[in-house]
Amino acid sequence: MIFTDYLFYLFSSILVLASLRVITANNPVYSALSLVLAFFSAAGIWLLLHAEFLAIALVLVYVGAVMVLFLFVVMMLDINIEALRQRFWSYFPVALLIALLFIFEIYLVVTDKFFSSSDPAGIPLEKSNTHSIGSVLYTDYLLPFQVAAVILLVAIISAIVLTMYGKKSHKAIDPKDQIKVNRNDRVRVVKMKSEKKK
Amino acid sequence: MVTLSHYLFLGGILFAISILGIFLNRKNIILILMAIELMLLAVNINFIAFSHYLGDLSGQIFVFFILTVAAAESAIGLAIIILIFRNYKSINVADVNRLKE
Repeated sequence: MIFTDYLFYLFSSILVLASLRVITANNPVYSALSLVLAFFSAAGIWLLLHAEFLAIALVLVYVGAVMVLFLFVVMMLDINIEALRQRFWSYFPVALLIALLFIFEIYLVVTDKFFSSSDPAGIPLEKSNTHSIGSVLYTDYLLPFQVAAVILLVAIISAIVLTMYGKKSHKAIDPKDQIKVNRNDRVRVVKMKSEKKK
Repeated sequence: MVTLSHYLFLGGILFAISILGIFLNRKNIILILMAIELMLLAVNINFIAFSHYLGDLSGQIFVFFILTVAAAESAIGLAIIILIFRNYKSINVADVNRLKE
């Protein structure tokens, strides 16, 4: 056992415990905070695997942006937790069975000699991790990179369009409202007696 | 000595935990989204472990794209959750059944 092995077991046990806390916490705020802890320990595991750029990107993008968004939404909505927790454990046996079956199958596969005996080939270290990712990303994966940019743009626009409501910013008449109007909304015929000349 | 199978097994455990989470929190849309994030994290750990042990950088590029798509997915998902809450005054999956009527 070398030092990084201890680090691996430390980070992975924190990761598993935090993710168990995510799915069983009473309050969604605690779930979101535990998910932050899970992401941090996953970033530590990625550092052990020499993926420094992605580890930092995980902390910046997930912990810094996505989880803050989650926390905003969780705190903004008035959630009735009691209704959501009704019959919480009722599907637990079948779910546990499925999860254990899944872990058992994964165990059967990954204890194969191919996975357990291979030494890390490792990515050559003459350049930094960020440098080597950049040199591949901007040459071989240029088109997927731009598609990813378009996906992000679509996500921005759709998130804005989905949640925008309320006061209109312009004074044009909405054709939908215009068609719905009938005569009685606009014209009122008032019957009144004509005045008589004295 | 930590080998590739340790990392793959960790990814498998994490994925199983998030399956369990979707079963338990089947009424809470926000927690279902969080469980999906955990699933993507498990897949990313597998990708990076393979990338390290096979000496191929493509795995890390894939993780980069998965992170991008996951960020977009969670942004749109949270926008949809806000819409659901605005229309139904609840985020219970059991309440969202207007299309059935």
